Amino acid sequence: MIKVEGLTKRYARTVAVDNISFEVEKGTIVGFLGPNGAGKTTTMRVLTCFLPPTEGTASVAGFDVLEHPMEVKRRIGYLPETPPLYPEMEVSEYLKFVGRLKGISSTDIAKRVDEVAGRCALGDVRDKLIAKLSKGFRQRVGLAQAIIHNPEVLILDEPTSGLDPKQIIEIRELLKSLAGDHTIILSTHILSEVEHSCERVIIINRGKLVAIDSVANLTNRLRGSEAVALEVESPAGHPDPTEVQQRLEVVSGVSRVVMKDSRNGRLIFEVESLQGRHIRAELARTVVNSGWNLNELRPVGLSLEDIFLQLTATEKGADGGNAPLEVEGARK
Amino acid sequence: MKNILLICFKEFKGYFVSPIGYAVMAMFSLILGAVFYSQTANMVSLGFRSQMMGQSQPMSVNDFVIRPVLDFAGTIMLFLMPMITMRLVAEEKRTGTIELLLTSPVRDIEIILGKWFGAVLLYMCVLGMSLLNIAMLFMWGKPDLKPVLAAYLGLLLQGGCLLAIGIFVSTTTRNQIVAGGVTFFVSLLLWLLKYFTEFGSTLIAQVGNYLSIVTHMENFSKGVIDSRDLVFYASMIFFWLFLTLRSMESLRWRA
Repeated sequence: MIKVEGLTKRYARTVAVDNISFEVEKGTIVGFLGPNGAGKTTTMRVLTCFLPPTEGTASVAGFDVLEHPMEVKRRIGYLPETPPLYPEMEVSEYLKFVGRLKGISSTDIAKRVDEVAGRCALGDVRDKLIAKLSKGFRQRVGLAQAIIHNPEVLILDEPTSGLDPKQIIEIRELLKSLAGDHTIILSTHILSEVEHSCERVIIINRGKLVAIDSVANLTNRLRGSEAVALEVESPAGHPDPTEVQQRLEVVSGVSRVVMKDSRNGRLIFEVESLQGRHIRAELARTVVNSGWNLNELRPVGLSLEDIFLQLTATEKGADGGNAPLEVEGARK
Repeated sequence: MKNILLICFKEFKGYFVSPIGYAVMAMFSLILGAVFYSQTANMVSLGFRSQMMGQSQPMSVNDFVIRPVLDFAGTIMLFLMPMITMRLVAEEKRTGTIELLLTSPVRDIEIILGKWFGAVLLYMCVLGMSLLNIAMLFMWGKPDLKPVLAAYLGLLLQGGCLLAIGIFVSTTTRNQIVAGGVTFFVSLLLWLLKYFTEFGSTLIAQVGNYLSIVTHMENFSKGVIDSRDLVFYASMIFFWLFLTLRSMESLRWRA
């Protein structure tokens, strides 16, 4: 449904998004997770045709954002970080205006406004001026505005920021009820947000893609697991990569083995452990017992884990705009 | 077309939700009313005086009242125009609603034309206030209608021009006050251009004189519709709206 390839967005001096590629399938809810300033909003703005990409391509429902912006815009509902509301309008008047703008015919518009107002629980405030609404209601009007033309793709930039817990739960429920016939991308810097409402998660940091996976996988992979890089060499010529991989995979406590590199008969693997298991000793034994040389064995810090930690910290602490993320940069 | 009307009416309604629409109309009527009164009273007393002297001359309402009043209407508008245009785009940029417009299936040109027409519509309402005064003259006198129509056409074109300039300035900033101030400055400059260059014969003076929005108004207020003036206003409007379009497009890559 959404396809992003090699997307780069540079501003005058900074690189906001750096060579990101991902795909989102139809009907899924994807969480776009990253600390503040990671490039989430920029990516979303490219997808909604608000900003052109500097390099790379992005397409929605098969339409390129640069070549067919009208087709893309027709299929997208977008809730920017601050809901784009006209304070001098009444709620239903505003929804009607946006609906007509998005191409709903004048015969259907009243019905659609009723429908989204009901769905977003706006019944009581329909005739109020937007200027008089509370933050929670404004957010809901923003959401109603995004779904009014029943778009195939919904792009929501921090839909729950600034809401109280009850309102957050309401928005989550609403999003769940929308999934299925809509493809939804929502951005957040709060980890639990993703765990609650998303099926897949895309993590970006400093404009770079860090991980794409299902929420369950990521949580398993990251909570308390350990990652090890090891270099294997065979004294008798080249070791067979698949054989090494197979042997490593059967070591107890290992969850994942990825071959990173091979040069001059030396193979470099990255091995991740299950939660709370220490695998280094067992790995070393396996390699040596198989008759290979173990050139190197060192723990690698998962940059992903750092981000995860940072995200959890942000969630617990006061909404820390610039929570420490230097750890990750320092490691590189 | 549908989108243009949609945005046009949204803008037009917006003027009357905030006090801007009423304020502009009230200020315009008040000042114009004062001018109208003094011109009419002047003419009446002149008429009495010449009658008393026993040498009543034919006096034209068009020349004595309508022309100076409508000329003055154009001048008042120069000063009120920034109030009409300053918020058009600047406000949307500040509150972020521009993101809604630019991510909706609407072309940039439709947004601009919609906003421009909305402003023109308000301008017409403001101008319409002067019809009350003119109508009074028609009720108790017999002015010539055609020059009045020509003058209104001229005012409309001149206003369209200034509104196009105003909307362009509004796209360049997110601060309404700045937009209003710069628009006012440009309006004033175009107005003054006439006085600076009126008697010059150098090329610069001639070009300046030609570019002054006010000089092209003169023919209209005399009741002459000259195609040169029509072309001038049409191309000015086109030019400034074109610049506005470019400026809107640049929002995307400068953002």
